[in-house]
Amino acid sequence: MTPLLAQTEAASGSAEFWVFIVIGAVALGSALSMVLLRNAVHAALMLVVNFFAIAVLYATLDAQFLAVAQIIVYAGAIVVLFLFVLMLLGVAGDQAFTGRIAGQKTTAVLLGLALFGVLAAGVAAPFLGEGTACNVPVEQRVDAEGPLCEGLAVANADGNVRGVGFLIFTDYVWPFEVTSVLLVVAAIGAIVLGKRREDPGELTDAPASAVPALRDDDDDEAASDEDAAEPAAAGASEDDEEGTR
Amino acid sequence: MDLQDFGITVAIVVGGFALWILATALFIWGERRMVAKMQTRIGPNRIGPLGILQTVADGAKLFFKEDILPKGVDKVTYFVAPIASATVAMLTFAVIPFGGSFTVGDREYTLQIWDPEIGLLWVLAMSSIGVYGIVLAGWSSGSKYPLLGGVRSTAQMISYELAMGLGLVSVFIWVGSLQASEIVAAQSGTFFGSIPAWNVFPQLFAFILFFGAAIAEAQRPPFDLPEAEGELVAGFITEYSGAKFAMFFLGEFMQVVTMSAVTVTLFFGGPSGPLFGLEGTLAGALLGTFYFAVKTFVFMFVFVWLRGTLPRLRYDRLMDLGWKVFLPLGLLWVMATAAVVLIQDTLEQAQVLTGAGIILAALVLILIVGAFIDRSRGEAEPAEDEGEEAEDEPLALPSSAETAREGASRHGGARQVRVPK
Repeated sequence: MTPLLAQTEAASGSAEFWVFIVIGAVALGSALSMVLLRNAVHAALMLVVNFFAIAVLYATLDAQFLAVAQIIVYAGAIVVLFLFVLMLLGVAGDQAFTGRIAGQKTTAVLLGLALFGVLAAGVAAPFLGEGTACNVPVEQRVDAEGPLCEGLAVANADGNVRGVGFLIFTDYVWPFEVTSVLLVVAAIGAIVLGKRREDPGELTDAPASAVPALRDDDDDEAASDEDAAEPAAAGASEDDEEGTR
Repeated sequence: MDLQDFGITVAIVVGGFALWILATALFIWGERRMVAKMQTRIGPNRIGPLGILQTVADGAKLFFKEDILPKGVDKVTYFVAPIASATVAMLTFAVIPFGGSFTVGDREYTLQIWDPEIGLLWVLAMSSIGVYGIVLAGWSSGSKYPLLGGVRSTAQMISYELAMGLGLVSVFIWVGSLQASEIVAAQSGTFFGSIPAWNVFPQLFAFILFFGAAIAEAQRPPFDLPEAEGELVAGFITEYSGAKFAMFFLGEFMQVVTMSAVTVTLFFGGPSGPLFGLEGTLAGALLGTFYFAVKTFVFMFVFVWLRGTLPRLRYDRLMDLGWKVFLPLGLLWVMATAAVVLIQDTLEQAQVLTGAGIILAALVLILIVGAFIDRSRGEAEPAEDEGEEAEDEPLALPSSAETAREGASRHGGARQVRVPK
């Protein structure tokens, strides 16, 4: 075992360490196969396995609420909707690989690497430099020059669920609300786009006269339609009479 | 954790699991007998007294049957689906307290397998995972009826999970905790000295919401559309046989037991009841198990009762009920509950009266809104139909007798029109 691994094991406890090794491997393997599998449904299932692995990692970090929210929201709702769409469209095998944009692969790789770099920097930043590791117990910290993070015991003092709730609705209430507005806008947009209308004018709140290109004055049109149709109806009734005679 | 802890924990886990399996087996038999009574048949009565061992015989038969692998199935997924279905149904039960607590030496043990802080969110997580068994079974069978059943079940489960979640959330807000043990503890004692302090009294609407959604989640009649045999042969289990079929079967019935148990825990005090001075002993804990079992059996009977009584809902009605009735009313109820809790927390005195007044007001409001929704729907439907007809009339082929008569009366006045046969 390398010194780094031994140090990590000593800091986090043996059971947690080995859970991390096993589940980390599962998470990586499922993530890779999710990208590489050609069958869309199998890829979605690998995504579920990956979400579960990450939920287990959250749970080992004592973030119970995050773990169960991960399962309910991602594994339970979002991937199920993916599967729903895949099943409705009947996508199988190679059909998913049609319709590529030019240069997609290169762009995807570059953007993926950039995202990875940003995330790695964000996760690693608290642990870089001297005296910044968060695994120091609160009592041992030097008050003035201590690390930025308080440690799990302080964060979970009132229980994990209460802690998360308190943070979301105090310090992070603004990002939280902005995110929810974003989601609502996306949902409404999806509904508007998904709802098929014969007449595009019905999608707007503007009065009918404001959309002249799409539709003439409503009442006149309807009236003229009716006028045009009535003689036909009368003619038909005469036909019927003749038929019965 | 020493040997004593380890031994007692293992005993509790094994005992709880045995209780669950036993309840499921008894339920399968009991449902067949009770539905038979409701339909004036006899039901299984050959194996064991009153046919009570019928389930064992059926289980043995199913596990020794030939396991058919149809052509065109997606093998791995076809194999995983029943396992997922049964496993998830078994896991849900872990967080439910099924008995009182007792002390051995200086340590206290509770008859509950796992009491995490997230508590009953675990139920929600597992029921949202439970849909995978059905979806994957439908897709991997490579056949159209299972696929339709799978798609239906996905839509149904996702719709009703919202209602179920709202029912849970209002109880969480009311009690102030997600933990099963705290929810049960909050329901000990009495209202006005005689009525047990169960959540069902202040949270009646949440109970209706939750139980309705639980029936839909367990896919029992009248919400058993994923396997509607009249339309879909047997839905997602059409292509399954032998042990895999048995797993789906077991998972569905376990779901009923679990949902009844969750209902009892949330709204009917779980294992609480009069203990006659046995608190803290093993006998007292087992008496709690007895109370819990009796309450759970009542709700299992309600499941059977509904199956024996109600016809299956039409699919669009099912969706309407979930999205247009349960969801908005559930949101209103959660808001009302939160308001009451907030007022109780901030105003020290006269809190009970204020709370009761607001609950009453919210109830009246909900009733009015509900009545308004009903009425507007009742009025809107014929009105819409008329409107559509009026629009369509000029364009429609005027072949029907009615159109002819109308046309005639408008133009020719009193001319008689005979209806063509």
